[in-house]
Amino acid sequence: MKIGVLALQGAFLEHEAMLRRLGVQTRQVRLPRDLEGLDGLIIPGGESTSIGYLAERRGLLEPLREFALSGRPVWGTCAGMILLAREIVDGIPGQPVLGLMDITVRRNAFGRQVNSFETDLEVPTLGDPPFPAVFIRAPVIERVGPEVEVLARLEEGSPVAVRQGNLLATAFHPELTTDARFHRYFLGLGR
Amino acid sequence: MERVIGSDTVKRGLAQMLKGGVIMDVTNAEQAQIAEEAGACAVMALERVPADIRAQGGVARMADPEKILEIMRAVSIPVMAKCRIGHFVEAQILEALGVDFIDESEVLTPADEEHHIDKRKFKVPFVCGARNLGEALRRIGEGAAMIRTKGEAGTGNVVEAVRHARAVLGEIRRLTTMAEEEMMAYAKEIGAPYELVVETARLGRLPVVNFAAGGIATPADAALMMQLGMDGVFVGSGIFKSGDPLKRARAIVQAVTYYNDPYILAEISRDLGEPMVGINISILRPEERLATRGW
Repeated sequence: MKIGVLALQGAFLEHEAMLRRLGVQTRQVRLPRDLEGLDGLIIPGGESTSIGYLAERRGLLEPLREFALSGRPVWGTCAGMILLAREIVDGIPGQPVLGLMDITVRRNAFGRQVNSFETDLEVPTLGDPPFPAVFIRAPVIERVGPEVEVLARLEEGSPVAVRQGNLLATAFHPELTTDARFHRYFLGLGR
Repeated sequence: MERVIGSDTVKRGLAQMLKGGVIMDVTNAEQAQIAEEAGACAVMALERVPADIRAQGGVARMADPEKILEIMRAVSIPVMAKCRIGHFVEAQILEALGVDFIDESEVLTPADEEHHIDKRKFKVPFVCGARNLGEALRRIGEGAAMIRTKGEAGTGNVVEAVRHARAVLGEIRRLTTMAEEEMMAYAKEIGAPYELVVETARLGRLPVVNFAAGGIATPADAALMMQLGMDGVFVGSGIFKSGDPLKRARAIVQAVTYYNDPYILAEISRDLGEPMVGINISILRPEERLATRGW
């Protein structure tokens, strides 16, 4: 199995390190041709405006959409979740996105960096113990469509991990922890 | 579900999200929006860019909070701001304003010639400049969540950034082949906390994100720093002191992503208009060199 990690900007090396720990081959994706032969793709955290601009500039948006529509698993963490969302609140006008998941996402929903936090998150799909979730200038999901399954919520009810078929999105960063359960779950989506 | 804020994971984590990106100096809302549109991963809010600080002289201080707030309101990406070395009250004010990162910067006039800020006391993360591994690890020991080369800000001359990057990365390479019993003497020699020396040897890199800064003016400069092994770049005066800031900013953003692809670098380096006028470091008087500030 070979998984691509979109390597335009952001924390792509951390995802690669976690995948390699699980015995999975990885490839950094910067150009459309890098998508050939991959079994799945992770869109990492970073700045969604920066990643979106770079993807648009090199003609990656359409190949990324086609890749996701082919049914192979695609996972967006934080900025990656914003890129996957169909609707964005508090984005910048014309911000390039993929628009694949039927969710509405609010950028920087918790405020500025001083409000970034860690918390133990109940994720029923992963079982016990709770998942160590790291939220950094994180977005939240404000609306989910009928096809979208909510995997985890904060205590006030906001969804922060969702799945729609082969597409997975988390507002937090499993790649910044040593807990590989979300990466394993993602790899399982392809089977 | 208890929420923990201001932890090392959260502070260093924001720096990890900035990797592979370009952080641009801006002095007003309009420049900040140009930087965001160009794909910057963050902006540094300033009253004057380093080239102007250099030209105008006098004491350089934290920017007016009104200026910083204007820039924070204008963009959705993280906003950084500079305080003087050792000026922990400027840092408290910047934290109260809600800036996302504080640069305890040698570009401003130092407020303390012996001590840096105890950055562990803050919820907001700090970035600090370093010329060598000892300096980098001292700053991390004080709580810095990110390191950058000092370079020589406001010169448009990359030579000092290269010197500092090679020093830090070369010393780390040496450390990875060192016997463990040699590390205490090495820690003493470079004036670094022993535990951080051991951790750096084990990781084969700094325990925090390490950007290039100080003199980067072209896409080639940015790609050079990335190929040397840096995690991303700061561009200070290089963008808004050039002839076509948006075009140059976009080119430098792409250069940091495609730093290993000379064909793309050749394409994006074409027809960028006038670069900022550079200064040769050798003609600077010793007191004009900003990189020697910091202890």
